[in-house]
Amino acid sequence: MPLRRPFTSLFRPQRGPDQTVLTEHRQLIETIDRRKLLRGTLSLGALTMLTGCNISDRDAVQTILRAVSGFNDGVQALLFDPNKLAPTYPASQVVKPPRFNAYYEIEDLKPVDIGGWTLELSGLIADKRPWSLERIYALPEQEEIIKHICVEGWDYIGQWSGPNLRDFLTRVGADLSAKYVVFHGNDDYMESIDMPSALHPQTILATKYAGEPITDPFGFPLRLRTAVKLGFKNPKWIRAIEVTNSYSPGFWEKQGFNWFSGL
Amino acid sequence: MKSSKIMHPIAVRLMHWTNAVAMILMIMSGWKIYNDEVLFGFLHFPEEIVLGIWAQHALQWHFLGMWILVLNGLAYLTYGILSGRFRRLFFPISPTEVVREAVAALRFRLKHADLTHYNAVQKSLYVGVILVVALQAVSGLAIWKPVQFSFLVSLFYDFQGARLAHFAGMTAIVLFVLVHVSLAILVPRTLLGMLTGGPRLDAGRETPMTPSQASNP
Repeated sequence: MPLRRPFTSLFRPQRGPDQTVLTEHRQLIETIDRRKLLRGTLSLGALTMLTGCNISDRDAVQTILRAVSGFNDGVQALLFDPNKLAPTYPASQVVKPPRFNAYYEIEDLKPVDIGGWTLELSGLIADKRPWSLERIYALPEQEEIIKHICVEGWDYIGQWSGPNLRDFLTRVGADLSAKYVVFHGNDDYMESIDMPSALHPQTILATKYAGEPITDPFGFPLRLRTAVKLGFKNPKWIRAIEVTNSYSPGFWEKQGFNWFSGL
Repeated sequence: MKSSKIMHPIAVRLMHWTNAVAMILMIMSGWKIYNDEVLFGFLHFPEEIVLGIWAQHALQWHFLGMWILVLNGLAYLTYGILSGRFRRLFFPISPTEVVREAVAALRFRLKHADLTHYNAVQKSLYVGVILVVALQAVSGLAIWKPVQFSFLVSLFYDFQGARLAHFAGMTAIVLFVLVHVSLAILVPRTLLGMLTGGPRLDAGRETPMTPSQASNP
């Protein structure tokens, strides 16, 4: 006679695990183990010794590198001073026309059909009525002669004007305590920026370059120009603005570029 | 004779090799970043010697390496100053001795018998490369945050000036590494010393211990 009766606990499973699950997914489990082993054998020192160094996009390495990039987002947000103004320049130094850059060549540019264009608003915005270009042109303009700095390393001085983004967001009743402002471009280009950078005094919705409406290659009819972000964080051909608390990586972040990319 | 003091204590050796890894990461990823927008039309770094398939991967490595380099570098500077290592090994530097010993070195006549003391050429090169790396951090910060640290950019005239200074600093470091590694290979005791700790500091200057003796207590 057993000394202790077998008892049934609420926390003890009534039956053992279903073995068929393990059998069915045997292949998958083995793959995971191999990957773990591979990850375990990688060391930073050994990595640099590999010729060609085509290691950057391996899953495990990419996970680490993107985690560091995310940490750097946080550091940059801390370094960001909302009142620090970027240097401005005299009109004589302005480069005309501005330098073209997009993820495709200028020949493949699809200009915005202005006939059907309106600026759509979505997310945490009280007044979501779309804006026509005439109404945007009627808003007070702010001019910024600032440096455009590309992540590649080149830069040029540009003369941009249009409504101040903080004024615009205030006017449409956007939640200024939200985390992100997202810009959807006509070419499926999407970029999101942090709210403090969106509210920076040198962040504008540019409609003009050197006093004239922006031409097609440079974002007609509307683009973002902020003095506190790298070039790729300034989407062109904007068709919608969204205010949100949920993070979504933009076109270049998905490729591995740093999201915050503040100057 | 018993002494716990050795030429390269474990802290120095760890920091030295951490720095070596960080430097390799920074230089090789920096070359890839440079290739995306070259400063000199004639100069592209071959794909075989760069780190990162695309520029974004190189940037990811560079902004990981910077933390290792800067944190390790600050630890090294703090240690070097507080322990007296810098004062003892790097100073004083006599300019006339630097010239005399540089000439001797170029004629391959420089004596390298005592590993516990640096000659004037070594002193100036080590102090020089530490200053260049510090300047590299400054120009790097100017390129990374040209608005937040606009005063740093003005030290280099403008943004492109900061890029040029960062490139020049890289060149100086690479030249240092070439000399440093060549000499370490020519005098293998120095390389072993950085692995095992090197001779004891109180060993006689005329009869320095070999690294193997020093590593056996």
